[in-house]
Amino acid sequence: MAIRKKRQETIVVTGISSRTGRMLARAFHQEFQFIGIDARGARHMPKDVTVHAIDIRRKKAEDIFRRNAIDAVVHLNPEAEFSGSQTEHRNLTVLGTQRILDFCQRYHVPKVVLLSSGNIYGPAPWNNQFLTEESALMAGQRFPTMRNLVEVDMYAQSFFWRHPEIDTVILRPCNVVGRLKNHASLYLMLHNTPTLMGFDPMIQVMSPEDLIHAIRLALKPGVRGVFNLAGASPAPLSEIIRRLGHRNWPVPEPMARMAIAMASGVGMTRVPTAELDYLKYVCMVDDSRAREELRYQPLTTLDQTLTPLRG
Amino acid sequence: MHPEVEETIRLLQQAEDREGLDPFGFRPEMVGRVLPFTQWLYRHWFRVDVSGMEHIPAGRVLLIANHSGQLPYDGAMIATAMLLELRPPRMTRTMVEKWVATLPWISTFFARCGQAIGTPANARRLLKQGEAILVFPEGSRGISKPFEERYQLQEFGLGFMRLALETGTPIIPVGLVGAEEQLPSLMNIEFLARLLKTPAVPLTPTLIIPLPVKYRIYFGEPMYFEGDFDDEDRIVREKVDRVTGAIEALLQRGLRERSGIFR
Repeated sequence: MAIRKKRQETIVVTGISSRTGRMLARAFHQEFQFIGIDARGARHMPKDVTVHAIDIRRKKAEDIFRRNAIDAVVHLNPEAEFSGSQTEHRNLTVLGTQRILDFCQRYHVPKVVLLSSGNIYGPAPWNNQFLTEESALMAGQRFPTMRNLVEVDMYAQSFFWRHPEIDTVILRPCNVVGRLKNHASLYLMLHNTPTLMGFDPMIQVMSPEDLIHAIRLALKPGVRGVFNLAGASPAPLSEIIRRLGHRNWPVPEPMARMAIAMASGVGMTRVPTAELDYLKYVCMVDDSRAREELRYQPLTTLDQTLTPLRG
Repeated sequence: MHPEVEETIRLLQQAEDREGLDPFGFRPEMVGRVLPFTQWLYRHWFRVDVSGMEHIPAGRVLLIANHSGQLPYDGAMIATAMLLELRPPRMTRTMVEKWVATLPWISTFFARCGQAIGTPANARRLLKQGEAILVFPEGSRGISKPFEERYQLQEFGLGFMRLALETGTPIIPVGLVGAEEQLPSLMNIEFLARLLKTPAVPLTPTLIIPLPVKYRIYFGEPMYFEGDFDDEDRIVREKVDRVTGAIEALLQRGLRERSGIFR
């Protein structure tokens, strides 16, 4: 009897041209057959990865599902690598997710991995030091951009319950930092890092490599549910800035709020003032479920995670 | 540095070999900065008398104490006693009010000293680490009460008992006599409390400097409880009342033993 090579699993990755998407494709393109969807088109992608330069909300995106037998979908939400209006952000995140999950149901995709964020729990003085997956998603109350991410997460959760036949995995990582364009990375790359005077909350960071590793674990058959992900060790914000060799620049809170309000008034920043609370109160995740059920274990140490942010 | 402080810090480092960073933001080196001051308060200002420390078991334990005196010098003195009088010395992790997290500097300082916001999940995590946790179940009701209500225990919260039942942690009742008179509150400036969003702003003759009252700290015998931690309030309340009773007895003993608030 001839030994036949096992068929490569076909995986659709949305937002494949993001740093995280590219890293995922590079790490596992020999193991999986990747089909990428990204309006930005393919950049620096391995040759055996097909990329469709289309918007997931277009009709054409459905053809990809119709024509291929898809084994899994990895939906990388555009967390912050985004420069458009509020409405566009909403359309891209909320409606995009709805479309993708809709396709999964219609074309019987057995597995969906959705990238959410640990920041959707929201910082608060009454927070537990480590928030479990059952904690309420409070970030939407005050941060408009967070509201969309909360909505995406909630929609995916309801999808999880409505479709027991599909293994839905929702990943809520803490701040993923590296050469990325999300708020946390851009903030920590500042040489003079403004902090709020008198506040020094504990912060969790993790490397994109560990996130990729967790996505790989989430693709395993049978895995389903919501998982928080954290890095090696939480540290006070001041300690992270110190280890980066950057200068901690404490600003009184009212001044910081005023400065951000003024800067956003003239279009210099998109950071909402309310997000300053992330520099004030804890918003850390408890990743024990991922450690037990996914066998997830961060492989990068705190210092290794911070290395790409030095400069 | 005082030789007693130096010795304590050395023994603490030996006893508690902490690896990496504490998840709650505690910095062991903070002990070296704060202890010289609290040791001076302990020995010379409050001239603390302590008894019953032999009752404190090794491993995780809940210290349940009465709360008084407008400013939490009582917590600081209990923690100092745990460092100076116990061999090997032990760190105390105090559960603090949620609004502490909203205070600049103070929130950071408290966290570096090993305190944590008093949520059940936080306490559970610390107990799992085998820590000694100090809880004031009266909360701000106790510390902010007016002078004429001194040594009247306020209503105890039930959270600590549910925690003890769930984790099988022994409870040490702690009675502290003296702090009630350190900062007699003439009145509560309510509009300022509303403005500053604190539970109370007491008007005291010496502002934040406590009177040099004499402190007496009594550690009672360990209490072990059994039962369902998720039971009705009524049933948990009965168990809490036994702890309240034990603290009440320690307070009465202290009041009998003292011959004046400064002696």
